[in-house]
Amino acid sequence: MKNVPMVTVYIMGDAYKVPNDCTIVGAMEYAGLQLTTGVGCREGFCGACATLYREKGDYKLQSGLACQTVVTDGMYIAQIPFVPAEKPLYRLEELKPTVDTIKEFYPILFCCVACNTCTKSCPQDIQVMDYVQALIRGDIKRAAELSFDCIRCGLCALRCPAEIVQYNAAILARRLTGKYLLPESPDLVARVKEVREGKYGAELDELVKMDEKTLSKRYYAREIKIEP
Amino acid sequence: MQLPYYPGCTLKNHAKHFEDSAIAAMERLDMPLVEMEDWVCCGTVFSMSSDDLMLQVASIRNLVRAEHQNLSELIVLCSMCYNTLRRASDFILSDPENLDKVRKFMYLEEKPFDGTVEILHLLSVLRDRIGWEELGRKVVRPLANLKVGGYYGCLLVRPEKYAIDDFEAPTIIEDLLGALGATASPYPYRLECCGAYQTVTNKDVTVQRTYELLNSARNAGCEAIVTSCPLCAFNLDQRQRETIEQFPDFDPMPVFYFTELMALAFGANWDPEWTKLHFVNPEPILRDKGLI
Ligand code: SF4
Ligand code: SF4
Ligand code: FES
Repeated sequence: MKNVPMVTVYIMGDAYKVPNDCTIVGAMEYAGLQLTTGVGCREGFCGACATLYREKGDYKLQSGLACQTVVTDGMYIAQIPFVPAEKPLYRLEELKPTVDTIKEFYPILFCCVACNTCTKSCPQDIQVMDYVQALIRGDIKRAAELSFDCIRCGLCALRCPAEIVQYNAAILARRLTGKYLLPESPDLVARVKEVREGKYGAELDELVKMDEKTLSKRYYAREIKIEP
Repeated sequence: MQLPYYPGCTLKNHAKHFEDSAIAAMERLDMPLVEMEDWVCCGTVFSMSSDDLMLQVASIRNLVRAEHQNLSELIVLCSMCYNTLRRASDFILSDPENLDKVRKFMYLEEKPFDGTVEILHLLSVLRDRIGWEELGRKVVRPLANLKVGGYYGCLLVRPEKYAIDDFEAPTIIEDLLGALGATASPYPYRLECCGAYQTVTNKDVTVQRTYELLNSARNAGCEAIVTSCPLCAFNLDQRQRETIEQFPDFDPMPVFYFTELMALAFGANWDPEWTKLHFVNPEPILRDKGLI
């Protein structure tokens, strides 16, 4: 085995020596911890692996995705398995894309003090405060654009002094935008029609019946066409 | 000459007619308003408690961003935003320790807060950069025979340091109305508080205020009043719904933003969308005076 330099990290307070090039998820597994929750795709897409950490000599409490953040020597790490967040229920068809809708379902947004802590904590580099502020003034489309890359890790909500659940409000913004504020996409309408008419039924049935190995082979051999 | 301006949240929704009419009026004066980028809420109300630094952050963030956008001044339309931004700025700049804390806390902004942006209310810009006489010359649709009162409330004149005119006997709104060709009648209650946020928890206080204030204006001969604050407008206009219910002798009175009358006087047309944002329909009186 080649000689990898090791660093010391503190996972939930206990010291472990781990290779210096591993991610926080990698470090936890190297340390022998079995992760049953708080991790998913391992590729920075699912948002399941919210983490808080402090680096040696830095006063800042930092946050990130455990699967994307490489360890440093002396790092203190806490893994967040789940973020409790309020999520009101609504029927999109009954809503209007206005500031009053935002007020009705997320009145807490209006308590934002513009501290920008949410932006500081977002691993996706989203201007979280700015989308909250856009919602406060009823600019729902802008909020949808700004929050587009959100992966719902919940870190913004965990650090907000005003107890706001930014990412759930952002979903409402994107839904309202998709339904009311953007022009209808003809391709989507055509595709939904095809699905309804059962055009993909046989293919789907075939996939459902497939054993795991063949399915995995098929998945990795798939072709992704991006049409201009 | 372009004027960089800060709209504030309410001008983007319930007071859209305030923003629209200001834009229309200022375009006709060849001083177009240009909205600053990436602004946030002003913080809504200046926090009086000196250890509540967090509540000043919103105001300061707007000012840092304006500095970063190389703006040397920011024109504000809403009295509340004007008052909050100016006081927060002075408050932080007056104490090196607070300044240091706020700068550290805002390390993600492109530059540290220096306090170089001058915050001006649109009314003072009209007076000091154009002047009433010159404004009068630009009027194409004089508001002749319209008897209207200026309503200052608290935030344009208090505390004294931030008053846009004499804090006890201001004339700036009356002067503007006069320049537009209207008859401006000062009335005793024009500097009284509208009840402000009592409207949320103690609605009857604002209903009582509305009754007294508008009657004071009517007794001085006013047919309408103008304001520059969306919260005052809410209390004095929308709360007339309850005022009518509670006071059988009360006669409704339209409440304008000063910019709506400016827009009309400088030749812009009344937008029916503006009417929808009023509780007391202002169209009858405008029609009566031949303004629409
Ligand atoms: S906006 Fe919030 S939930 Fe979304 S990615 Fe950023 S921190 Fe995570
Ligand atoms: S952390 Fe909360 S209060 Fe601070 S800017 Fe973000 S949403 Fe607003
Ligand atoms: S595990 Fe999915 S984003 Fe980290």
